[in-house]
Amino acid sequence: MAQVNLRRLVKTYDDTPAVRGIDLDIPDKEFVVLVGPSGCGKTTTLRMIAGLEDITEGDVVIGDEVVNDVPPKDRNIAMVFQNYALYPHMTVRENMSFGLRLKKFPKDDIERRVQNAARILDIGELLERKPKQLSGGQRQRVAMGRAIVRDPKVFLFDEPLSNLDAKLRVQMRTEIKKVHQKVRTTTVYVTHDQVEAMTLADRVVVMNGGRIEQVGAPNELYHSPVSKFVAGFIGSPAMNFLPCTLEEAGALRVRLNEAIALPVPQDRTARYRPLLGKQDLQLGLRPEHIVDARAQLEPGQHAFEATIDVAEPMGMETLAYFQVNGVDVCARVHPNAGAAAGARLRLAADMSCMHLIDGATGRVL
Amino acid sequence: MAAVLPSSKAAAVRGGGLRRFARRKSTIAFLMALPLIALIGGLVVYPALYSVHLATLNKSMERFVGFGNFEFLFKRDLFWMVVKQSCIFAISAVLFKALIGFCVAHFVHNVPAKGQRKWRGMLLIPWVIPPAMSTLAWFWLFDPSYSAFNWIFERIGLPSVTWLGDPNWARFAVILVNVWYGAPFFLIMYLAALKSVPEQLYEAAAIDGASWWQKIWYVTLPMMRNIISITVLFSLIVTFANFDIVRILTSGGPIDQTHIFATWAFKLGIEGNDIPLGASVSLFMFPILAIAAVFILRDINRRGNEA
Amino acid sequence: MSSVPQASSPEVLTGTPARSGSMKEDRRRALYWSYFFLVLFAVFFLTPPIYMLITSLKSSAEIGAITNPWFVYHPTLDNYTALLGSEQYLTFFKNSAVVSVVVVIITMLISIPAAFALARMKFWGSATLGMGVFLTYLIPETLLFIPLFKIFAWVQDLTGIEVMNHYWVLMFIYPTLTVPFCTWIMIGYFASIPKELDEAALIDGAGYLQMLTKIFIPVALPGIIAATIFAFTVSWADFLYPMAFTTSADQLVLPAGIVTILIRGDVYAWGQIMAACLLGALPPLLIYAFLMDYYIAGLTAGATKG
Repeated sequence: MAQVNLRRLVKTYDDTPAVRGIDLDIPDKEFVVLVGPSGCGKTTTLRMIAGLEDITEGDVVIGDEVVNDVPPKDRNIAMVFQNYALYPHMTVRENMSFGLRLKKFPKDDIERRVQNAARILDIGELLERKPKQLSGGQRQRVAMGRAIVRDPKVFLFDEPLSNLDAKLRVQMRTEIKKVHQKVRTTTVYVTHDQVEAMTLADRVVVMNGGRIEQVGAPNELYHSPVSKFVAGFIGSPAMNFLPCTLEEAGALRVRLNEAIALPVPQDRTARYRPLLGKQDLQLGLRPEHIVDARAQLEPGQHAFEATIDVAEPMGMETLAYFQVNGVDVCARVHPNAGAAAGARLRLAADMSCMHLIDGATGRVL
Repeated sequence: MAAVLPSSKAAAVRGGGLRRFARRKSTIAFLMALPLIALIGGLVVYPALYSVHLATLNKSMERFVGFGNFEFLFKRDLFWMVVKQSCIFAISAVLFKALIGFCVAHFVHNVPAKGQRKWRGMLLIPWVIPPAMSTLAWFWLFDPSYSAFNWIFERIGLPSVTWLGDPNWARFAVILVNVWYGAPFFLIMYLAALKSVPEQLYEAAAIDGASWWQKIWYVTLPMMRNIISITVLFSLIVTFANFDIVRILTSGGPIDQTHIFATWAFKLGIEGNDIPLGASVSLFMFPILAIAAVFILRDINRRGNEA
Repeated sequence: MSSVPQASSPEVLTGTPARSGSMKEDRRRALYWSYFFLVLFAVFFLTPPIYMLITSLKSSAEIGAITNPWFVYHPTLDNYTALLGSEQYLTFFKNSAVVSVVVVIITMLISIPAAFALARMKFWGSATLGMGVFLTYLIPETLLFIPLFKIFAWVQDLTGIEVMNHYWVLMFIYPTLTVPFCTWIMIGYFASIPKELDEAALIDGAGYLQMLTKIFIPVALPGIIAATIFAFTVSWADFLYPMAFTTSADQLVLPAGIVTILIRGDVYAWGQIMAACLLGALPPLLIYAFLMDYYIAGLTAGATKG
């Protein structure tokens, strides 16, 4: 168990920068998820922590040791790969104990560790099988077992659930969380799936283009994104971004088009008033904050009408898509609200959850 | 690699471990490949170059005669016949081998999977038997007095053939044995390639209304272009440089009419004790091989980039 | 992709597998023709070996009597017993076996590390070496045998070691035939091992040698077997080099031995020669019979990689 510090970490391939300066402090026992679109540098960062990539600039610190030039086997880390990377010719037991056998650990120590890991992951009966006799989920567990037996300072996960089907993914996600609760080791987990990030992480690191966009607890990122990228990345379906202008007509309002003007909540007027007259503003509102309007509106809600283009029934709710000024907007309405193609629906926007975004810089104001 | 920012003492003591490790990896790799390099350098490249030197010496290998050996060869009809012969043998044999291999691969492919193994097993046998031994069998089959083929011919009223006694029949015999020996190789290659063509392409073609012939032309052949090029290249080189079959069947006879480069070089160089002349003959193969190799490699590279 | 399906049967239009109708008819006809041609070609390919067998079971008398060459009237195993009792023939066999086994070992010792280095580790010149290995395969033995002959003769003159006319010279030379292709096969197999396995091993603490012995070789075992078979069969069957380098009867290997010694003058003991050929072809045939998949994998692996 140890903390991990990344200081001004940079990775450049030939002339292409992949990681452009990462500063991150991960305290002991924390489960941190690096999330972002393909090419954002999250896997490269992970591999630099592992020692599988050379570091162009900056430092990786594990424990209180700078490990830049330390080979992977001496960094006291363990890694779970996307493709499991199990040795196909070895049994599960041999797979798990390979690293320990190379380091010449005493036999009973190895056995104890293997049994312990097998118990935690519930793979005791699979110990004598070969990888090709295992299902995807079982292989993933063996890969984790291989990591656990090393009793490392840091666990590294490289998109471990990407190869599993949707249902299995949900199952394994919970397994991983359970394991982390039992074996409290610092964990760095890379994924492109923001759902995994939100459900697993103590803190989420959103990366884009080789840089960190925002670091914070899942809820923090959900409620208070600092940039349009983070706001649009976290949450599914994604946040709606509507070009708008601010106007003052008695109270401060956000005008979307001639028909729709939504009031700014009281507690924000002071913050937004200086932005009157600013060009290129966007209103950010999540689909879950645009619902069908009931007879009685909740506090903070404001009603308006829209003609539905496409309705996607999801069972527990229906996603209703409509257009404002040519921009597609998504709303999550009750399945019985009558959302269908062509229907005119009365919707309510919860303005207490609104975000105002500077279209030019992408910052949330 | 950009300078690593100054870090703690521990790393300094280790002395740039990761970079040194990387360099060590390079040396280990080189050492692992060293025997290979030594073998190729010493027993392939060096002799090949040495043969160029040898070709420039006189018979007793004392005097330098430059192109003398080549001049001598160019003046002889026999030499040009050998050149022509080697080319005809190689091209016609490879053509038939590829064709037979291609067709038979289709036939095997059509058979239900369980039977395929059996057929494949039987049909590959010519390739498995050492060519020297199977050629002896053919030699016996072609024997002037005891030919089993002629025995059948007599029974059905056809004239006997002097298989190895007549120059043209002898040439035919050599090509036949070569095709017999080499077609299974093509069969195996093309069968494997056939299996890798997705069935859906054929189904799409069937829906589009393609006949069996069109399917082959528009689906099978394009998908197999690469493997066809590779096999043809290999076979051209191997057939062109063949020694065993001609040597055993005819020893280049009758009256030197079936010599190809290899057998003639053997006769002149080893049996005739004129090493430089033999070397010159062998050497002459090289430009032809190189041209063929260049053409086909270029073809492969181009196709590879398309894929 | 266009238009109207050709077949008229409704099943084809709806996409369900045709129970009756033109597709199945086509397939059946194709099958019959296939079997017909397969039998034809099987006859073509198998005639010489079968004829070898038939002849080997005949006595010289029967052969001389010019009866039906395709049938054995008085089968006899005399040819075989004579051969197995002939010290000369057994020497040929022994020589072939020794040379082949040693060459296989040498080949594997050279090819496997080289293939590992070329497949996994980038080092200075690795790309050129890879191309070089491929090109080497294009330089035929018929080009090299004369200069090699001269080189070894010169070595003999220089050092006084008797290198000419000894079969162990072949142990130096045969690897030129086997190593390039075996290296190429192994590179293909090694390259197909996912890189993540390397990384997992690195994290587990394996050095390069350990990676090779504990992971790559076991995982690529089919390829190693295929390459071994290839090296063995090539060594067993080579004809040109023994003809050039070895002349005394006790130094000959099987192919050269049968051709030069057993064929004496104009009196051929064809029954015996055919028996000798069959027995000589036995090792490759047996390997083929039992390990056919590996045998074929060896052939196809090289080409599919290229």
